[in-house]
Amino acid sequence: MNTLYYEFTESLNIAFAQISAHKMRSMLTALGVIIGIVAVTLMGMAISGMDSSFESSLAMLGDDVIYVQKWPWGPVEDWWNYANRPPLQDSHAVELNRLIESSPNTLLEVAVPVRTRSGVVKRGDNSVNGVFMAGASGDYGRIITADFREGRLFTDTEAEGARNVCVLGCDVADALFPAQNAVGQTVQVKGYPFQVVGVLVRQGSFLGLFSFDTQIILPIKAFEKDFGGKTRGLEIRVKIKDKKRLEEAKEELVGLMRRVRGQLPGERDNFSINGAEAFKEQLDPVKKGIAMAGLFVTGLALFVGAIGIMNITFVSVKERTKEIGTRKALGAKRRTILLQFLIESIAVSLIGGLIGIILSSTLGIVIGHLFPKLPVEISPALIIISLLVSAGTGIVAGFAPAWGASRLDPVVALRYE
Amino acid sequence: MSTARTTRPLGPLVIDIEGVKKLYQMGAETIHALRGVSLKIHRNEYLAIMGPSGSGKSTLMNMLGCLDTPTEGHYEFNRKNVAAMVDDELADIRNREIGFVFQTFNLLPRSDALKNVELPLIYAGVPPEERHERAKHVLREVGLENRMHHKPNELSGGQRQRVAIARALVNKPSIILADEPTGNLDSQTGVEIMALFEQLYNLGNTIIVVTHEEDIAQHARRIVRLRDGLIESDKNVG
Repeated sequence: MNTLYYEFTESLNIAFAQISAHKMRSMLTALGVIIGIVAVTLMGMAISGMDSSFESSLAMLGDDVIYVQKWPWGPVEDWWNYANRPPLQDSHAVELNRLIESSPNTLLEVAVPVRTRSGVVKRGDNSVNGVFMAGASGDYGRIITADFREGRLFTDTEAEGARNVCVLGCDVADALFPAQNAVGQTVQVKGYPFQVVGVLVRQGSFLGLFSFDTQIILPIKAFEKDFGGKTRGLEIRVKIKDKKRLEEAKEELVGLMRRVRGQLPGERDNFSINGAEAFKEQLDPVKKGIAMAGLFVTGLALFVGAIGIMNITFVSVKERTKEIGTRKALGAKRRTILLQFLIESIAVSLIGGLIGIILSSTLGIVIGHLFPKLPVEISPALIIISLLVSAGTGIVAGFAPAWGASRLDPVVALRYE
Repeated sequence: MSTARTTRPLGPLVIDIEGVKKLYQMGAETIHALRGVSLKIHRNEYLAIMGPSGSGKSTLMNMLGCLDTPTEGHYEFNRKNVAAMVDDELADIRNREIGFVFQTFNLLPRSDALKNVELPLIYAGVPPEERHERAKHVLREVGLENRMHHKPNELSGGQRQRVAIARALVNKPSIILADEPTGNLDSQTGVEIMALFEQLYNLGNTIIVVTHEEDIAQHARRIVRLRDGLIESDKNVG
């Protein structure tokens, strides 16, 4: 047991002496592993970054909110079955809230009707294009996750009275009121004046695609009064009490909606219940694609790297044939020689892996600085996996030459010049 | 350095070779390197093996050094049947019982003298502290106490061979097997190395020198001459 330990430390010393004696050669050999590890860690960073940014985006949307809409999220093939569905009405939301209040064990908290469209918001000569406009009831405050930087949400009274008041996303507020407080000021939405009652804090964007900071929230009745849109249908956002019981809550909501809609048993639902987790399913193929591409590049680079290491280990064995003979004459067993060359190839590969990790972390940090919106994240698990993969590559690559070295006939090896 | 020539009384039997044959297959041709050699070597002997090239001298040396096993015949080393041993068992015998001295020294170029001498002790599983002590001790014995941390390329040929001899001694082997130990040295240094062997012999070591040089062989107490794979003569010398 001791012998094995001494042989192991001796092999480690030899390996590092050998690598530092042939720095250039070792680095070139490790290149394949470096590329492979950079590829695998960048891929892992992209995927885990997507996951975590997805989670935070989901939280932004409100991960305890489900949507009743005419159309389901995601692609449908039989669109004609959906096109004929009756549009959702404000009255449905009122009815839903009445049912929710009268059932004591409900998993649902509140239903909020929301109409959306995009438009231009102006103040004097300043204008912001492509603002996401949302008309909602006074209950909207119970489902949004963002805090107010200034002011407040419109009250129920303001909402019911269809008053022209609004809440701005922080980018809109900053663009229109660069040097002053927006609350109390008036903006023009499609020509109608709206008084600002609140500004939201900065929230960021959803997966870098859609910004929550360029939105304007209006009372739904004012929205309908000024912009029409009764025919375009609306969505009903329903907040649930316990996000762990999402599926049960969805079932309850389906039941309530069928009652509200007066659907007969056996009839197909003429509405869709959508949840933010549906995005996850859309994201999966993207993640799979990145993973496949990353694994392919990694596999290829590691394969090339392994062949390089194998080659250099063969050279190393050849160069040191006489040394192997001497060591055997002095009492080195087969496993000693095997261990020595295996440790050498593992060391080269591990060094390559370490350089790869350092490179891709630096790259990740640089990318993170240059494009703060791009999701990148390096995890300890990824580092451990990378190190294991490079050690494995070293073992696979070094085994054949090390095995050959361990089997050398000492007489032949000693005679080798 | 004492060069006074004394012959020490024989100790117990170390090497017992009986009717050993060794065949090599060289293409279609079979080469009879050894055709039936019998040899007994005792502890405290100083033996020279001589012979022209092709006499089977090297084959016999490899056999004595447990680097190779006979095709036919018996070989016992300290009453252990070497002929039937596998690789790793032979490695163990070489490590514990045999100290090799090579013509080309065969030192590890990137390790200093001390590390080179410690090598057999690593394979023997000796802990680091004891390794250093024993290696320093034998380096002192061969007169290199001031060269312990020199690498081989910082040492002269004679000093390198002394490191190699220290390495051969460090595990207290039953025999020291030297293959043309002066072959790569000038004659003055060669004389010094042979004086060192004389000294080691007087300290109680068993020495086998393989050489083709008559005056080197004359240092030994017994000379075995080989020709065509057979022992031609086996004589004690004064």
